[in-house]
This record gives sequence, structure tokens and C-alpha cells, in this order.
Amino acid sequence: MSSPEPRVLRYVDALREAVDQEMERDPSVFVFGLDVDDHKSIQGSTAGLLARYGADRVFTTPLSEDAMTGVAIGAAMAGLRPVHVHIRMDFLLLCMNQLVNIAAKAHYMWGGQVKVPLVVRSMIGKSWGQGAQHSQGLHGMFTHVPGLKVVAPSNAHDVKGCMIAAIRDDNPVVFMEHRLLYNTESAVPAHPYTVGPGESRVCTRGDDVTIVGISNMAQEAIRAAELLREVGVTAEVIDPIWLMPLDIDTILASARRTGRLLVIDNGWMAGGLSAEIVAAVAEAAGPSAGIKFARMGFAPTPCPTSPWLEDHFYPNPGSIAARAWAMVRPERERWVPSAESAKLAYQVQFKGPF
Amino acid sequence: MSVNGNIVEDEAHRLYRALRRIRRVEEVIAEIYSSDKIKSPVHLAIGQEHVSVSVCDCLEDGDWVGGSYRSHAMYLAKGGSLPGLMAEMYGKDTGCCRGKGGSMHIIDVAAGVMGSSAVVGSQVPVAAGYALAAKRAGEGRVVAVFLGDGATEEGCFYETLNFAALHSLPVLFVCENNGYAIHEPLAKRRARPGGICAVAEALGVPATRVDDGDLFRIRDAATSFVTRMRQGGGPALIEAVVYRWREHVGPNEDYDGGYRPLSEALPWMEADPVARVGALLDADVRRKVNEEVEAEITEAVRFAEESPVPRPEELYANVFA
Ligand SMILES: Cc1ncc(C[n+]2csc(CCOP(=O)(O)OP(=O)(O)O)c2C)c(N)n1
Ligand SMILES: [Mg+2]
Repeated sequence: MSSPEPRVLRYVDALREAVDQEMERDPSVFVFGLDVDDHKSIQGSTAGLLARYGADRVFTTPLSEDAMTGVAIGAAMAGLRPVHVHIRMDFLLLCMNQLVNIAAKAHYMWGGQVKVPLVVRSMIGKSWGQGAQHSQGLHGMFTHVPGLKVVAPSNAHDVKGCMIAAIRDDNPVVFMEHRLLYNTESAVPAHPYTVGPGESRVCTRGDDVTIVGISNMAQEAIRAAELLREVGVTAEVIDPIWLMPLDIDTILASARRTGRLLVIDNGWMAGGLSAEIVAAVAEAAGPSAGIKFARMGFAPTPCPTSPWLEDHFYPNPGSIAARAWAMVRPERERWVPSAESAKLAYQVQFKGPF
Repeated sequence: MSVNGNIVEDEAHRLYRALRRIRRVEEVIAEIYSSDKIKSPVHLAIGQEHVSVSVCDCLEDGDWVGGSYRSHAMYLAKGGSLPGLMAEMYGKDTGCCRGKGGSMHIIDVAAGVMGSSAVVGSQVPVAAGYALAAKRAGEGRVVAVFLGDGATEEGCFYETLNFAALHSLPVLFVCENNGYAIHEPLAKRRARPGGICAVAEALGVPATRVDDGDLFRIRDAATSFVTRMRQGGGPALIEAVVYRWREHVGPNEDYDGGYRPLSEALPWMEADPVARVGALLDADVRRKVNEEVEAEITEAVRFAEESPVPRPEELYANVFA
């Protein structure tokens, strides 16, 4: 019996399918937010939902993110399951008061009597002049706050499973997408499935260094691992997928084995996820484990628009590979892959392994 | 457009030059765009330029303007550097933000252009802060802040109007109501689509609505508000009903998108303020203005193309003051 060809979907279509299947299954699910119902349908991620479920369950809002977040929270406490959509993560800063002061705390401070089953979707932008106010990865601000779950799926398979898990979760989930992942493809089962809170993924196996890549940095780390393989270094790339709750055990076990942990964040390093992951592994492993640590992330600056400056703002497969090489072969000469081979991961169609 | 007899020749000349210059700058940006030399999301004001031109016509050196991601017109109308704008579009070191801001974030401090901000509504309270400082300085300076209809839905709009009225701040809120926030019409965002002025009035901010795209009516309203402000009067709001001819972001038209028909745009295009003010001039005069404008733009494009790219170290400059 030959197994059927797996179905390959783009990230954006897998995301759309997840919401569609959950809306079909559960009439309490609804989707709202600026522009979810227009012809561009949030880059296609809400396409067809209005036609299928109607304007009661798929609707745009006034430009009032702060209040709309409160509305989402109230609706969730009253028994609905909102998916509130923002086209950029930067705009979540307008939602911060409601998310941090109410959504995150409602269940706890009101003695466990109410729940906030809310999904807040947002997309990180990159390149083509997105600039300082349309490119931020603010996940570290949210993982800081008890009561919020945070997820950053990096491929089509996981985005579907994570979205279904997020909608079914009884807690507020900050769901972080990345614009440059939208067209990437991978095998996506047609049936509904979950990639639940706390699940992570070992993307490539390796013995020399553990590389953790967050959000689309997981894709860039996989590409870096390919570059490293060409020079005889094997990297174990781990995609944490869920940042809160975080599967630190998988990262810890890998780092213990390889003796090296390089964390690549899709955000700034100061006070962020890369610091958290390194600290958690260092604490759990202790000094006797002798693990070497390094981190990479956005340059400690706002994001510039000029391409000549932006090139130096983000880690890329070349700079990740070079850093890993320096950790693994400190005695050898510095090695930097050629610019051509280090092309950003999104420019190379990526289909797995999953 | 009510072309009343008392519009003097050199006034029409000045206004036409300003309008034509902005229109052509944005058309040229749109033409260059397909070459990928401008890697920046451009929000063109084509069709709406006359609001910036008419309001800035009553402003002086020392006054300030602030705006959104759609601020090329405001920037140029207030006297912002054209080569600086063009080089910023190209991401060059000579750009008005040294390549760090792009089309959405532009500034010219010397010309009184506050930095424009791409988070909807965020410029509104910042402008009121400039007005607070202007009031404290007591020199009769005013601030005009440009915002879209969508921006009036953000909480900070109401909060700022309330504060500005409370403190009698010299700030003119200029709402360019083009009927859409991206592709969403006002009727999907407001129970009372015509209620922006009423809201302002209720908060203590006198408001005037100009619904016919008449540059001179907008300017008259701005002049009387600004004159009052210079003498210690408080804030005011002008709602100028306009139409955005191109897509929300990008260089093209989008009447095939299905959210608005071309027929809705046509009356606005027929009443094009650039052409109508131009018609007040002799053909020869108009031709001369056009030639001068083209020469200036050509020079700005050349400047942008030939300017150096920023050095990598520049990435780390100016994080802190
Ligand atoms: C706080 C915030 N929410 C959403 C966006 C995305 N966005 C960019 S422009 C825009 C529409 C704004 O419409 P309007 O204020 O009418 O200005 P116009 O573009 O029509 O000039 C939206 C929703 C944003 N930039 N900032
Ligand atoms: Mg508008």
C-alpha cells in the first residue's frame, strides 16, 4: 500500500483553514478586527470566512484597538471565543492595557470564576521599508506577564495546529505570525489537529551545537544548519513554537548533549526570550554541565527603513552559521558563508522536514 | 470651487505651484516605484493635496505641522526639503531621516515639520504637546495636525481634543476625511458617519466641515481659526471631505478591488483642485510653473540617485540622544 502524497499548503492557507474548521465546529468562535472582511482579507488569511459565516461572525471594527480588545475580553468572558486580528504586532501596544491588566488576570484575580478564551492574532512585518513601527517582535513583553500564553509558529503545519489549539484554549493566547512566512509551504494534514501549548519541535538533528530559532528565525536557523553541514558542523535546530508555556526540557536535553546553545530571537535581546531561554538552561544544567551560550537577535536599535541599514539589523542564515561555527571551532579561523549561500531562508522554498 | 474675484494673481500662482509640485512629486514617486529603487510603503495623497496646501498657506515660520504615514503633501506644503524627501524614499544617507524613516516617517525640523508617525492617531496628542509648548512660549505660534477619518476613531483623538479644549491649546486638527480607512468605508465604522464635527464640538472644539473639496473654503476656515489661535484662542477642527485617487498604499489605482467604484471617484477627479487653481493662471504662466516644478523634481531625483548609501555603523547611531 503506497502512502498518499502529503498535502502541501502555504502558511497563510493553513492558518485560514484552521480558523475555518474551528468556526465550523464551534458557533461561539468569531473573527473580528480591522480589515478582516475586505478583499485583501489580511493577506488572504481570512479569505472566504465572511462568505461562509456571515457578518455576525466575521467583521471589521472602528480603528479602536484598545476598546476592541476590551470588547473581545468581555465577549470571551460571556462565553464567546473571539479571534481578534491585527495586521501588525506593533498595534498590540494599543491593546496592552486590556491584555495585561484584564485578560491576563481575570481568571486569577476573580478567583477562578471567569475565563478569557481569546486569541489575539498579529503579524510581524519585515523589509521593504516596514521600519520602526511595523516590524517589532514584542513577544517578550507578553511572556513576561503571567496569564498570557504566547505562540509563534514558524511553518504551515504548526500554524494550523497552533491556531486550533489556541482557539480551544480557555486562556488568552497571543498568536504571533510573520509576514515572510506566509508563502512558505509544508505538509499540512486536512483534518483538524492541534499543536498544543508547550509543544516544541526538533527541526534538524545534530551533535555540535543546539540552535533555538524563534518565529521565522527557526526557518533561518534551519538554513544556517544546512550551511554548517557543508563545513562539517551538525546543528540541532529547535523551534520552541510555544513561548509561553515554553518546552525548556527539550532545549535543555539538547544543549546538555551538544554542549553549546545558540538562541536566535526574532526580537531584541535585552530582557527578552533569548535571555529567558539561556537563563533557564543555565540554571537547570548548572555550571558543571559546561554549556557554552550565545544569543543573537535584532540589533539593539529601532528598525531602520534603508535596506543598507536593515541588512545589519536582522540575524540571517549567514550570520547565524558564522556564530555557530565560532562556538564549535573556536580554535579555527573565523568562517563566514558566502553572501549567495546565505540568502535569507524565505527566498529558498522550504518544505520540511516535519 | 468658488473662485471669487478677490483671489489675486500671485496668490493663485503660489497656490498652483504648491499644488502642482506635490502632485508631480507623488506621480514621479509612483513612476519610480516599479523600478524597486524606492523600497518603502508609499501612501500617496494624490487628490487630497489641496488640504495641506490650503492649511499651510496660513501658517508661518515657527508654526508646526504633524501628520500620519500619508504626509508627503503636508511636508512639502510646509516647506520640507524635496531632495531630503526623495533621498529618504531611496533609503540614502542624505534623506530627511538619514534612511531610518522612509516614506511613512518624515521630518524637517527647520521647516516646522514634526516627524510623521505610522501608528494611526499617534501624531495627534504629540501635536497637542507642541501646542502646549507654543502656548507656554507665548509667541503666537500654532500647530496644525493632519489626520485621517479613521484616526478619529482612536481613543487618543477624543482624549487629545478634550485636553486641548481644556487648556485652550493653539492646535488645529485637520481631518482629511477621504471616506475610507484602507478599504473600509465610514459607514462600516461609525453609526453616524457625518458626526466628526459634532463630536469635536461636544468636546469644546469648534469645528467646520468643508465637503466640496474647495481649497479656498478650507483656507478661509483655517485662516479664521489660526488667527484666533494666535491671539490666545483655543483649538479648532476642520473636517475636509476629500477623495484618495490611488490605492491606500502603493503607486497604483485600485478601482478593480471591488470596495469602491471608479464612478465614485470621477466627480472628484473632474473637480481636481490642481487643475482648477491652475485654470486661474494664464496658460504661459502655468506652463512656466510646470517647467520649473519638473526641473526641481528632476534635480531631486538625481540628488537621491547619486547620494551615498548609509554606512553600516549608522545603524547604531541615534538610539539615545
Ligand atoms: C493603530 C493602528 N492601527 C491600524 C493601523 C493600520 N492602518 C494603517 S492606515 C489605516 C487606515 C487609516 O485610515 P485614515 O485614518 O482614514 O487615513 P487614510 O489612510 O485614509 O489617510 C490603518 C487601519 C495602523 N497603522 N495603526
Ligand atoms: Mg481615510
